[in-house]
Amino acid sequence: MSTIVDGPQTSGTAPAGGPADRRPRFTVPGFGGVAPIAGILLLLFAVIAFKQPDFFAPASFLSFLGRAAPIIILAIGQYFVIVSGEFDLSVGSLVTAQVVVAARLIDSQPERTWPVLLLLLLFGLAIGAINGLVTTILQVPSFITTLGMYLILVGAVYLWSEGSPKGELSETFRMFGNAGFEEVPVLGRVPYALLVVLVVTALTFVITRSDFGRTLVAVGDNPRTAALNGVRVWRTKTIAFVLSGVAAAIAAVLLGGYGGVSFQAGAGLEFTAITAVVLGGVVLGGGRGSVFGAMLGALVLETLFTAMNIYGVSGALKSAVQGLIILAAVAIAARRHR
Amino acid sequence: VTIAPPRTQRTRTLAPHRLRSAITADPGWGVFVALFLTIAIGGIIVALKGGNLFTQSGTVSLLHVATALGLVAVGQSLVILGGSLDLSVAYLVSLSTLIAAETMAGSNTNILPAILLVVAVSAGIGLVNGLLVTKARINAFIATLGVGLLLKGYLENGYDGPAGTTAPALVQSLGYQRVGPVPVAFLLLLVVAALAWFVVRRSRYGHHLIAVGGDADVARLSGVRNDRVLVLTHVLCSLCCGVAGIYLASRLGAGAPRVGTESFYDLESIAAVVLGGTALAGGRGGITGTIGGVLFLATIDSIFNQLAVDTFFKQVVRGVIIIAAVAIYAYQLRNRRARRGPMA
Repeated sequence: MSTIVDGPQTSGTAPAGGPADRRPRFTVPGFGGVAPIAGILLLLFAVIAFKQPDFFAPASFLSFLGRAAPIIILAIGQYFVIVSGEFDLSVGSLVTAQVVVAARLIDSQPERTWPVLLLLLLFGLAIGAINGLVTTILQVPSFITTLGMYLILVGAVYLWSEGSPKGELSETFRMFGNAGFEEVPVLGRVPYALLVVLVVTALTFVITRSDFGRTLVAVGDNPRTAALNGVRVWRTKTIAFVLSGVAAAIAAVLLGGYGGVSFQAGAGLEFTAITAVVLGGVVLGGGRGSVFGAMLGALVLETLFTAMNIYGVSGALKSAVQGLIILAAVAIAARRHR
Repeated sequence: VTIAPPRTQRTRTLAPHRLRSAITADPGWGVFVALFLTIAIGGIIVALKGGNLFTQSGTVSLLHVATALGLVAVGQSLVILGGSLDLSVAYLVSLSTLIAAETMAGSNTNILPAILLVVAVSAGIGLVNGLLVTKARINAFIATLGVGLLLKGYLENGYDGPAGTTAPALVQSLGYQRVGPVPVAFLLLLVVAALAWFVVRRSRYGHHLIAVGGDADVARLSGVRNDRVLVLTHVLCSLCCGVAGIYLASRLGAGAPRVGTESFYDLESIAAVVLGGTALAGGRGGITGTIGGVLFLATIDSIFNQLAVDTFFKQVVRGVIIIAAVAIYAYQLRNRRARRGPMA
C-alpha cells in the first residue's frame, strides 16, 4: 500500500516546483508538506538572532535543542495518535504521574534508577494500551477516553502521594534531562537529551516508513476502507496509543531531570503537543501530515517560548501571544489546503 | 425539575412496536436512570454513615454547583450538537465575572449596562470563535483553544485576584435568593435550558444545527447554510458563558479571574454533555440529557462531600464514570444498529 501524503505546500514554495497542479502526488512519507512551518521556524530564528546573535553559538543552540527534546518527543507520540484519527489528552497527566511515581520509588537511591526507568516505560505502555483498547474495543471516542484517563491519573497520583510529591530522583535518573557530554570539540556541550531525541527520531522514521506507518495513515484517512483491505484497525490504533504512552514516559524522564518533581511537571503538555502536531500541518481527524512536520511544530513552539523570554514578554502575556500565533499559523495552513 | 418527554433524535413517526426501543434508545434517557440510582444509593450510604443527603443546605449547594456548570454545559451542548467544540468557555466565564463586577462597581444603577456589556463581549467572542471555525476553517479544537489562550493571557496580565464589586441587588437576588430549597439561579438555568431545548427541537435553526452536526456535506447539499448555523451556535454558547459569568459574579460578590479554570468548566461541561448522551461527533443528543449529566455530576460531588471522601479519589471515580457512561452509550448504539441493519 502506498501512502499519499497530501502536500500542496511542497509545490507552493519549492523553487523548481512548477505550476501548482503539478505537485508531486507521492512524497516520501515523513516529509510531506512542511514548508510553511519551516518558514515560521526560520522567521522566529531570525527574530531571535536580531536580539541575541550568540543564541546560535553551537553550545547554546544545542542546549536549546535539548530543552525542546521533551516537547518534540511528545509531539512524535501525539502524531501517531492524531494521524490515526484519534486524540491523546492524557499525556500531560501521564508525564506528571511518571515523574511523581519515579521520585517516590527511587527515593534518592541510585541503584533503583534502572528498574524504575523500565517500570516507567511499562507504565506508559500500559496506559497507552488501555487508552487504545477502550477507544477501539469499547468504541468510546478517544477525546473522552483520554480525558477520563487524565482525570484518573491526576486523581490517582495525588491520592497515592497524599497531596504532595514524596521522595527524590537519583542523579543517574536526572542525568538524561540535565547533563551532557562536556567539552566536545567544536560543539562544546552536547546534552544527553539531544541524543535521546535523535534516537527517538531515528526509530520514528523507521516506524513511519514501515508497513505499520503506512497502515496507520490509511486507518486515519478512512478506517472503513482500511478495514475492508484487511487492516485490523483496532490493533493499529491501539499501537498508536501505546507509542504515545511510551513517548510520554521518555519525555517524563527528560522533564524530571530538567525540571524536577512537582504535580505541575506535565501540566498542559497535552495541549502543547497537540498544538505542535497541528502547527506541523497534521490534520486533526487523521490521515494527513508528516511526523517531520509535527517535530518542526514542536520546535516552533519551543522557539516561540524562547523568543518571548529573550524579548522579555511578561509571563502573563505569553499565552496570548502563543494563542495568536497558533491561530494565525493554522489559519494560513488551512487556506493553503483549499 | 420539569423534564421534557424523551424523544428520538430525528422526527420520525413511530410505529407502536418501536416506541419502547425509541425511548430506551434516546441517549438522554440513561443518565436520568443513573441519576435516580445515584441519589437512591448515595442517600442510603450517607444515611448508613449517619448523615443525610437531603438536607436543605446540601440541596441548595448542590443546585448552585449545578447552576454554573449547567449554564456552560447548555451552551457546550449546542456547539457539540453542531459537530463543533468550545474549549474557551472556562476563560470566558472568568472574563464575564470581571466585566460584570467591574462595570457594576457595587452600584445597583449599573446592573443593566453591566449585563449589556457582558452580553456584547461574550457574543463578540462567540462570533470570533464561529468565524475562526467556519471562515478561517480552523479545527474547532485548535480555534477555541487559541481564543482561550488569548483570553487567558488577558486575564493573567490584568488581574492577580478578585476585582470589582457586584451590585448588592444582584447578589441578593440571583446570588442568594431561594424559593424553598431551589435557588432562583437554578430556575434561571431551567429557563435557559428550556429555551435551548425548544430551539433545538422545535425551531428551523435547531433542525439545521442537528443536520450540520450529523453530516455537514449532506446539510450543505440540502440547502442549509452551515456557516451561519455554526457561527450563531458559537455565539449562543458564548452567551451562555456570559450568563454563567453574571451568575457567578452575583454569587461571589466580585469578579474572579480564575473561577472558570479552577472549576474546569471546559472539560466538565464537555463531560456533562457526553454523560447526557450527546455524541461528541455531533448530530445526536439533546439538552435534556445535558441537564441530567450536570445534575449527575453535582450529585456525585455532593455525595462525596457528605462522605468526606478524598477530592482526588473523587476525580478518579469521575474519570471512570465518564468513560463507562460513554462506553455504554456506544454499546447501545451498536446494538441498535445491529438490529436495524447497517443503514440505520
